[in-house]
Amino acid sequence: MTAYLRKVAALAAKDLRTDLRARHTMAIVMPFAVMLLVTSGLVFGPGRAMLIQVLPGIIWLGALFAAVLASERSFENECADGALLGLILAPVPRGAIFTGKAIALTAQLIVLEAGMMLLGVMLFDLPAMARPLELTVVMFTGAAGLGALGVLFGAFASATRTRSGVFPLLALVLAAPMLLGATRGTAAALGGEDPGDWLSLLAAFDLIAWSLGALLFESVLED
Amino acid sequence: MQILWQTAMWMSAAAGRRALAVVAITGVIAAMLVALFLVPADGEQGLVQRLMYLHVPAAWAGYMNFTVVFVASIAYLRTQRVHWDRLAAAAAEAGVVFTGLTITLGALWGRPVWGTWWSWDPRLTTTLILFLVYSAYLTVRRLPDNPVRSYRWAAVVGIVGFADVPMVHLSVLWWRSLHQEPSLLRPEAPALAPSMLATLVAATMAFTVMSVWLINMRLRLRRMEDRIFTDAPGRLIERVRPVVIPAMPERKN
Repeated sequence: MTAYLRKVAALAAKDLRTDLRARHTMAIVMPFAVMLLVTSGLVFGPGRAMLIQVLPGIIWLGALFAAVLASERSFENECADGALLGLILAPVPRGAIFTGKAIALTAQLIVLEAGMMLLGVMLFDLPAMARPLELTVVMFTGAAGLGALGVLFGAFASATRTRSGVFPLLALVLAAPMLLGATRGTAAALGGEDPGDWLSLLAAFDLIAWSLGALLFESVLED
Repeated sequence: MQILWQTAMWMSAAAGRRALAVVAITGVIAAMLVALFLVPADGEQGLVQRLMYLHVPAAWAGYMNFTVVFVASIAYLRTQRVHWDRLAAAAAEAGVVFTGLTITLGALWGRPVWGTWWSWDPRLTTTLILFLVYSAYLTVRRLPDNPVRSYRWAAVVGIVGFADVPMVHLSVLWWRSLHQEPSLLRPEAPALAPSMLATLVAATMAFTVMSVWLINMRLRLRRMEDRIFTDAPGRLIERVRPVVIPAMPERKN
């Protein structure tokens, strides 16, 4: 078990390291998120009440698109110089590859969401956060669900000539329950209510997504 | 299992195909005639209520087909036998058609009865998302250059999409109840008159046979396609006759 976990940790660290060095999240995904926030401020603003109402939805739509961008990028990197082949040939269970990659993607998404949240507080003039602990848990569970979906279906983008296209389609549809749970949960936590039910929905989604991902990743990757 | 297999063999034979076609077409036509002319119309909704005899069976056929996709996808990943993929693909196509029919008919019925084409009711939303998931499933099938890869990817989508359905339903249910008071609740379903219930059951059975018939035709088409594209894996390889090399005559010195 510890050997398995060590492999997972090594894979996650590898993905995070390559991303940090290529500065992909910083250079492409972050500016995209900032642009999304600013644009929605222009589109829905300037009334403050409206902005506060739409902020949770904007943050999670942003996270969804960011997950699409980041995971496609991650698999594109793997395609260069036959890196993916090396990964498949390495004596590592496919489930561990999935888990490592999903952890790395989740970590990136959490950083991104924290950034969007901060910017949202500043730009949209959010009131003091009523339930910071619950908000953090919603952010983490939501990011984990997106991370798992992103890795499972991001591999599709890497192996087709048409590249992207189908993955955003799949992600948007399959992530529907997670998006609802995360958006409502965030809104509840920001509004000072208990997001309890939404948290359990997110946790159930994460459980299903991570276990199905670890089980089925082999079939996506195997060639 | 043996019985299922024998039924499948019978259906793919010419006599079975013909029998299935006759039963499916006459069944659906008979059910529609009864629904249109024999059963009394609803007292409050009038004529438009007769859409129910198409709407409910189509919804049932859609859900049934998606369950078949789920089971066949698991079976394909476990056995890697191409006939499971053929079944999953055929059922997905039929399911998308029936679900699309369900949504369209529901909107046509909802406009006069509810006063709106669409409402974000949990059942409606779940059905719509189901429709989108399996449309994406059909898109995924077309993507990869390598057929075996497309079978595997499709199976993954078939499994994950089906597992997603209960979550979608639950989340929309909560979203509705927490978000706003439902303004267009389906009126308490009045107990169905026996003649209406009988028609509905008969129509559902007719649609079930029709769905099996459609899948059966699609399977046959797919087998032919696979036979044309010779590099397709599966049964074809078993069909190739082994080349018999005649033994060399023994040399006698």
